[in-house]
Amino acid sequence: MQLTSVSVTKNESRQLKSDPLFREEVEALSGVNISRCYQCFTCTLGCPVAYAMDYRPNQIIRLCQLGLKDAVLGSSTIWICASCESCVTRCPNEIDIPHLMDTLHQIALREGVPPKEPAVPIFHRAFVEPIRRFGRQYEIMMTVLFILKARKFSFKDLRTNASLGLNMMKRRKLKLTPPLIKNLAAIEEIFEKAESGEQK
Amino acid sequence: MKYAFYPGCTQESTAEEFGSSSKAVCQKLGIELKEIPDWNCCGASSGHFLNDELTHALPGRNLAIAEKQGLDTLVVCAACYLRLRSTQREAKESPEFRKRLAELIDMPYEAKYEVKHLLDVVVNDLGLEEVSNRVKKPLKGLKLAAYYGCYLVRPPKIVAFDDPENPTTMDRLLESLGAEVVDWGGKVDCCGGSLVLSRTEIVLKLTGDLIKGARDAGAEAMVVACPMCHSNLDTRQSGKDRLPILYFTELMGLAFGIPKTDSWFKKHLVSPFNLLKSHDLI
Ligand code: SF4
Ligand code: SF4
Repeated sequence: MQLTSVSVTKNESRQLKSDPLFREEVEALSGVNISRCYQCFTCTLGCPVAYAMDYRPNQIIRLCQLGLKDAVLGSSTIWICASCESCVTRCPNEIDIPHLMDTLHQIALREGVPPKEPAVPIFHRAFVEPIRRFGRQYEIMMTVLFILKARKFSFKDLRTNASLGLNMMKRRKLKLTPPLIKNLAAIEEIFEKAESGEQK
Repeated sequence: MKYAFYPGCTQESTAEEFGSSSKAVCQKLGIELKEIPDWNCCGASSGHFLNDELTHALPGRNLAIAEKQGLDTLVVCAACYLRLRSTQREAKESPEFRKRLAELIDMPYEAKYEVKHLLDVVVNDLGLEEVSNRVKKPLKGLKLAAYYGCYLVRPPKIVAFDDPENPTTMDRLLESLGAEVVDWGGKVDCCGGSLVLSRTEIVLKLTGDLIKGARDAGAEAMVVACPMCHSNLDTRQSGKDRLPILYFTELMGLAFGIPKTDSWFKKHLVSPFNLLKSHDLI
């Protein structure tokens, strides 16, 4: 561990802990060659959600190159990336940033780093739960799980979402009973094998 | 033309109108669909978010079953399309990947067949002449903005039937139905996708920009090929002046004179009835 000084904006620089092994770990896990990035900024210019991130996509790459693990895993960026695939499409070095973001937030989840955007992983976990149980998506269950776990909705948000839910039900856009595939055992097996590598 | 058909979860719930209109236009065009038996969810954006193996095993099971059917797979949802295609591509390129996938899904998968999107099949394989030949009720005077979003065109290493920055497949299809297509800058911009519950205000900003962009270009409705985009755009508009969001297959059905199209349009939160009536289309 060493301390590295990083300028975040023109007027602000921070002392950050650097972990020289982090860059190699990230490259090995993701298969993305981050060394090729020369900070041309193309990714960030086209990123639809860069305005809502604390570090921009190009900065995340730079932080990874410098091994500034805590800054990367503690960022909002790795949760907010919408996987829109624009940056990788336009990057002159074909750096697969959305895939890198997947690797980064998976490391954060595995190492128990508190997510800067807690609602995002809660959403994704709520999304896969019905798939695990029924083999297909069951929107009502997903939404209820999300609301209960995220506890982020104000009364007003809840009312907006409830009336949206009712409007969708009226139009039969939400199924009341869960879908169910026949070979559920196959799905259970897939989850078991795929998740056996994850540490809780 | 015969395909293994992967409907995807939303086609039986939030995007039921996309599913039924897709099936109806395929039947009209002589595209035979054999539903993949006992298909499962592809994992959408959450599979790859959480787990690199889950993201391939879920689509992989569907692809392996479709391979037993001996057919190319046809997909209508843009998000499922990217997921299935990404697993198919990786499997095609890497024997190691195929081996691990087979272990995960307990079935062999050789990636012998292709994964195609309905837009690609209709415009590039079947051809627009076949489409315009079937038009009974041209969509004359209807001004539309074709919205592709992300996964129909990106990343081009995996999905590659059109230009990633300025695609035209859907524009040409809508023109062949007799509609007027507007030129606009939002074609491949992102709607915010799965951030809709976790960071709702981001999705509201992005969809708001898209709707404004389409309207400023003169569009009376926006046309989509993705249930996620549809839901983000259609269900969260507020105010009096709302922009109808339509699936390309619904417009094909309307132009082909398929009966009972109103059962599809009734499902929309932003009702397209007034617009369609004003052009004598319904
Ligand atoms: S577009 Fe590519 S090379 Fe340019 S800053 Fe972004 S990641 Fe680096
Ligand atoms: S994939 Fe993520 S980082 Fe890249 S442009 Fe899209 S939202 Fe931004």
